[in-house]
Amino acid sequence: MIPAPTDPARDLRRLRAPADLADLAEKVVHAQRLSFEDGVRLYRHPDLLAVGRLADLVRERLHGDRVSYNINRHIEPTNVCATACAFCAFGRVASDPDAYEMTQEDVLERAAACVAEGATEVHIVAGLHPLFDLAWYEEILKGLKARFPALHLKCFTAVEIVYLAGLARVSPETVLRRLIAAGLDSMPGGGAEIFDPVVRSQICDNKCDADQWIDVHRTAHRLGLRSNATMLYGHIEGDEHRVDHVLRLRALQDETKGFQTFIPLAFHPANTQLSHLPGPTGRLDLRVTAVSRLLLDNVAHVKAYWVMLGEKTAQVALSFGADDFDGTVVEEKIVHMAGAESPQALTVERIRHLIREAGRTPYERDTLYHAVVREKAPA
Amino acid sequence: MTATATSALEAAYDRAAAGERLSTEDAVVLLAQGDLLTLGSLAAAARQRRNPGRTVTYIVDRNVNYTNVCVTYCSFCAFYRPPGHEEGYVQTYEQVAARLEELRAQGGRQVLLQGGHHPDLPLAWYEGLLRSMRERFPEINVHGFSPPEITHFAEIWKMPVREVVARLKAAGLGSIPGGGGEILVDRVRKVIAPMKATSDEWLGVMREAHLQGLSTSATMMFGHVETLAERVDHMDRLRRLQDETHGFTAFIAWTYQNPNTNLLRKVKDPAGSHVYLKTVAVARLFLDNVPHVQSSWVTQGPKVGQLALDFGCDDMGGTMMEENVVSAAGTTYRMTPEEMDRLILAAGWEPRRRTTRYEVLPPHLPTEVPA
Repeated sequence: MIPAPTDPARDLRRLRAPADLADLAEKVVHAQRLSFEDGVRLYRHPDLLAVGRLADLVRERLHGDRVSYNINRHIEPTNVCATACAFCAFGRVASDPDAYEMTQEDVLERAAACVAEGATEVHIVAGLHPLFDLAWYEEILKGLKARFPALHLKCFTAVEIVYLAGLARVSPETVLRRLIAAGLDSMPGGGAEIFDPVVRSQICDNKCDADQWIDVHRTAHRLGLRSNATMLYGHIEGDEHRVDHVLRLRALQDETKGFQTFIPLAFHPANTQLSHLPGPTGRLDLRVTAVSRLLLDNVAHVKAYWVMLGEKTAQVALSFGADDFDGTVVEEKIVHMAGAESPQALTVERIRHLIREAGRTPYERDTLYHAVVREKAPA
Repeated sequence: MTATATSALEAAYDRAAAGERLSTEDAVVLLAQGDLLTLGSLAAAARQRRNPGRTVTYIVDRNVNYTNVCVTYCSFCAFYRPPGHEEGYVQTYEQVAARLEELRAQGGRQVLLQGGHHPDLPLAWYEGLLRSMRERFPEINVHGFSPPEITHFAEIWKMPVREVVARLKAAGLGSIPGGGGEILVDRVRKVIAPMKATSDEWLGVMREAHLQGLSTSATMMFGHVETLAERVDHMDRLRRLQDETHGFTAFIAWTYQNPNTNLLRKVKDPAGSHVYLKTVAVARLFLDNVPHVQSSWVTQGPKVGQLALDFGCDDMGGTMMEENVVSAAGTTYRMTPEEMDRLILAAGWEPRRRTTRYEVLPPHLPTEVPA
């Protein structure tokens, strides 16, 4: 899927790869697939910037100088969650004083505000709560579609789909079919965390396993939905676990072509059961962005998710393989409960400035990466 | 890009890679067209040529801002208060000593002593302050004032700069920080700090300090109203003076910080981390005669502060137990010496403490004993 080189000699010169990366530079320039071992080497090579240049070459082949952003809003209908993942600062038990449950009207009200602000997408994910069942979500999707037919509904992680299936005693496929019938347009990529079973059992023991996660996305893709994929890094996982995770995604993508975007998620330790951990450094943030871009040769987009990275690291990630700056997210709770210091929202003007400053051309996209044309173009 | 532009860039890359002195034209081309990661690698190599190894230094220090009363009214400053303002203060010798006691408890080696441009504190007050600090805290170097403060003293005390420097040095001043450098181009200074020392005055104070044996640092505050060429002019003026005196220990660049300042109206888009990293990389390449380049974690945050070490920086500055000037403008990054160690280690480097003159102190962390 990565275009062949037009001038491989020039590309090689530009990479200025150190001698012990020369073989990988050749592979990258000639758009050859990288192996598990290649991925681990890229994680361990001391020259972070040389690895970044490899990823930047791939990004440029795929996207030229274009970097996208979208205008969206997150709605998290409840923070009550049965899962109690060790890395999470968002989930509550129902008796906690700061547990909350939105009504259908609350969600519709928030969606109305986001439409008024010009959002093209609403991103709905929530805790696993027995009262928020398949019927509740069918109703809210129908209500949203009826009132806001143009608003793209990107909802539910694979983990939620598996949970809703269990509650309703039907298959995940049935859940997906019913949600699609009610108005679901695409799925976000959350809940993937780290697929490796040993790591997964330590950070999110009660969550669906890797095979279930992969299966839900396979089914969603077969039913015509596009989805994203994520990876939570910077906690207790090692280089091999990150490479393994991304290669499992690559294998599914070879089968379905349904993933649009890979989103590396930086772990934020504050207020979680893993708060003794330091969290990832900026170097690891950029390394994960770059190595993922290089390994995922069949996924179009890699996101610099500024909510998790912070504006500064996210901007630098645009030079390490990322081509998407995510959205102007209003009211993001999950990461901010874990101590993220990024602002709740960046203005469109600031996002466009950051993209331009990084030497790229910004464009607004919708969820499916079509350019959005507005009557009044932003500055 | 035209063929000429490409070849100018390639030629500048080649000169940088060979460790040759860059022209101002080279530096402008690199800032305007250079690839961030290519510049980073070239700067990292230049750093290795000058300061080989995996050591990253920092100093345990603290800021003492003895007064916030100031008559200079810089548009980018959120710290100062005009004379007579109810929030104005001047610290007593005892208040300053109490702060140095806290620094001593941390093993601190430097106090960054700076204040607003107070209209009527006399020389004797400063001499008394410096003497009392030297007597009670001989191990703590007073890294004090800044060229605009020295120029201000010369004016209110009606005394040549040479004599101001000599008197303060005799009383205990050990070195002068490079604050107030901003951009050493008078067109820019007229916009952002019209009442502050001119660029010639700033450089004149530094020349005098170097001639009298005081070391100083050099700074640059960028990302406001200056052009790329003016940013390079600034570095060029520093490089010329350094060729003459060799008195600068380090170069420290930071981006103009946004909120709570009057300059905001003139700067719509404060510089991001991309421009910051690119600028420190080009500075490392261009300032071939300045020994050290500091990472500004105070303005960039710990993550980009660490990353700057991959872009040619070899020093993390000070731990600054209290920082009032940048934080008044809304940026509040803080760090203990232990956090600084962790930060440097996590980025894959070996932390070592240093003095103001960049003498590396003996290792302070347990080292692994070979089996």
